[in-house]
Amino acid sequence: MNRLLTFWAGQASHHAGQVDTLFLGLAVLAVLLSAPVFILITWFAVKYRRGKPADRTHAVNRNVWLEVSWAAIPFLATVAFYLWSTGLFIDLYQPPAEALAINAVGKQWMWKFQHPGGQAEINELHVPAGQAVVVTLASQDVIHSLFVPALRLKQDVVPGRYTRLWFRADAAGSYALVCAQFCGTDHAVMGGQLVVQTPADYARWLAAAGTDGSLAAQGAVLFRQMGCSGCHGAASTVHAPPLEGLYGRPVPLANGQVVTADDQYLRDSILLPQAQVAAGYPAIMPTYQNVLGEEDVLKLVAYIKSLANAQPGGGHE
Amino acid sequence: MSEATAEVSYLEHGHSLKSWLLTTDHKRIAILYFLSITLFFFVGGAAAALIRIDLLTPEADLMSNEGYNRAFTLHGVIMVWFFLIPSIPNTFGNFLVPLMIGARDLAFPRLNLLSWYIYMVGGLFTIAVLVLGGVDTGWTFYTPLSSMFANGNVILAATAIFVVGFSSILTGLNFIVTVHRLRCPGMTWGRLPLFVWSIYATSLILVLATPVLSITLVLIAAERLFGIGVFNPALGGDPLLYQHLFWFYSHPAVYIMILPALGVISELVATAARKPVFGYRFVAGSSIAIAILGFLVWGHHMFVAGQSMYASAVFSFLSLAVAVPSGIKVYNWTATLYKGHIALDPPFLFAMSFIGLFVVGGMTGLILAMLAVDVHVHDTYFVVAHFHYIMVGGTVSAYFGALHYWWPKMMGRMLPLVWGRLSAIFIFLGFNLTFFPQFILGYLGMPRRYHVYPAEFQTLHVLSSAGASVLGLAYLLPFTYLLYSLRHGGKAPPNPWGATGLEWTVPSPPPQHNFHELPTVDGPPYQYPVEVDGEREAAHG
Repeated sequence: MNRLLTFWAGQASHHAGQVDTLFLGLAVLAVLLSAPVFILITWFAVKYRRGKPADRTHAVNRNVWLEVSWAAIPFLATVAFYLWSTGLFIDLYQPPAEALAINAVGKQWMWKFQHPGGQAEINELHVPAGQAVVVTLASQDVIHSLFVPALRLKQDVVPGRYTRLWFRADAAGSYALVCAQFCGTDHAVMGGQLVVQTPADYARWLAAAGTDGSLAAQGAVLFRQMGCSGCHGAASTVHAPPLEGLYGRPVPLANGQVVTADDQYLRDSILLPQAQVAAGYPAIMPTYQNVLGEEDVLKLVAYIKSLANAQPGGGHE
Repeated sequence: MSEATAEVSYLEHGHSLKSWLLTTDHKRIAILYFLSITLFFFVGGAAAALIRIDLLTPEADLMSNEGYNRAFTLHGVIMVWFFLIPSIPNTFGNFLVPLMIGARDLAFPRLNLLSWYIYMVGGLFTIAVLVLGGVDTGWTFYTPLSSMFANGNVILAATAIFVVGFSSILTGLNFIVTVHRLRCPGMTWGRLPLFVWSIYATSLILVLATPVLSITLVLIAAERLFGIGVFNPALGGDPLLYQHLFWFYSHPAVYIMILPALGVISELVATAARKPVFGYRFVAGSSIAIAILGFLVWGHHMFVAGQSMYASAVFSFLSLAVAVPSGIKVYNWTATLYKGHIALDPPFLFAMSFIGLFVVGGMTGLILAMLAVDVHVHDTYFVVAHFHYIMVGGTVSAYFGALHYWWPKMMGRMLPLVWGRLSAIFIFLGFNLTFFPQFILGYLGMPRRYHVYPAEFQTLHVLSSAGASVLGLAYLLPFTYLLYSLRHGGKAPPNPWGATGLEWTVPSPPPQHNFHELPTVDGPPYQYPVEVDGEREAAHG
């Protein structure tokens, strides 16, 4: 009940306020479009009740212009709202370049988060207020959906592909963070909290959380442990693509296509290496599908990303 | 055939079980459907009752997590495929289409009986799912949950839906051919009752969309049983492909459920007002427009699923367009009442209730089509409330309206009008109390398919469950007085409501072959007034 009274209070971002305004506008539009129906039906039912005297002369059975107008006017009104709403939606696909990059992995039935410094947490996500945060979402098993009602945002987490969600939380506080897409037995309890902190508190939290090195550094460790360096390392004699300077560049494939080496491409190349074979290299890479979880893959991707400006052969710029 | 046998009503023509189970009479098959879908309505309703009782408290106290998941899955599967989709077309469509167009039966009477048997076989599979412990995927069967991870009876449930799909296809085919081929002399397309137009439009969807669902279910089975990678990315498949295929069927399926209801309401409003439906051409054309546009909006179920931003923008716009023909119908019904002679009989109260709830459902559908809002309310109770306003507030209200309106025709007995009015009012109130709080719950962030929830949502959930008890009792009410009327109701005259339409020109209940002599139509539909006043009063007096 207290939540009902603070209907509009749970706004953790500017975007949430914009969605609420849009929703209120739509509610008004809905009332304006439906009120004539409710009022007139009731009025007619009373006034023209059978057996009651009323002026029923000149009743018409069709009027094309009237009908066209009550088709066109509501439609045009909704188109105005469509432009407003679609504008807000397009913003959700354009995270600022300087956004803090966080990884999230959904698995039955928990959320795991990775911060760039390597800090990891389960079912809680700490973020700094006032700063844009872009969350890369991966699923270990079925489809989940990361939903933060206070941000008025959700994004499905789809196995086999990275999706993204970005936001800028303004108000420090704790907000519910839940799974919105039915994902099996314990779906209803797959949730936790979004903890928005002042940047200073967030920095303190990061320091206290502890880490074995940045995400990229953890990826570098995995890169050696899992034997990746045996082929992709500088000293390797195997004919494998060098990973230095790869991230973000175009990659010609054996089938003639050219793809960009983005996060998705790197992930797929580790887990489904036969799907997109780089031109000029034999298709000898084994799959790591049953070896590496999505969290480890995200660490490897972070490592390969960190090599984006390195020179093939090992030297950094 | 002698004149005497032609006058025996279809109910009197044989009393043995065999005469019912092997009948090819469209009217008897309609009754068979009526009995079977009523059974499933109560099974699905029982699942809903379990859900609403469990949601009274924030904790899980009635069912386990798994038990709750199975309850809402069963509720969805049964209500969608075994009640809503066959509801109006297979009962009232079956009974009325031949009578309304002046035919002696559907084009393929034996196929009609076959489709009932197929429906029953699908129903038996569903009962088997229930007895063997249920299924835990949600009625949407999203992959890879359904194809790789769920541990319920997925294959059996998919088989049930696969089988019942053929019943839909055959029924749709039968209606299409019947409307094309069996209209009586003078019954041109422009003279068809609006109910027939809506059943025709529905049939087009049944025939075109259902096969897509069948194929999709086969693909799920192939992945689950044989590990053939179609939807599971670990096997090289794409989970979003499933959603595209599923909604390519299931969005048009929403129109399978609502279009027949729209047709019913056109009939009820015209009869109540004793006036032609305002703008017949627009209302008839809007049924066809809905059937076509309904195929182009499936992506609005996937705005946050990971489909491209551009696809979402296009689907959002098309979803606004599909609202236009629905809006035309509502405004035209309103205009029909202007300067009418309106009787507040039970069918009209159900029709008014339908219009109110359909408008709320439609308007919230418009809100859901808005991308930025949908990102927030998708997969919350806002969506649950929206589609229940359309499917339960809309379709079920129209179904009960049709039941009260054509009951005298089907059974030859009048029903108690006071009880009919009361049940229309209680269903309306109970429905709103159940589902309106769910709009608020959804906007506040209550996700669907949760049986444990934060304590601050409890007040609204308790309101909703209270409404559900009113609604449940209100749904039971008609079944008691309708059964009572079978024995104690006054004999129904051929045209108790003073309505136009060929079905009201034959005795109630109609003779076995409908028309002793095929009628000839020489004018447009809904030509009021009809000179039958006094008959109704006589029947009740």
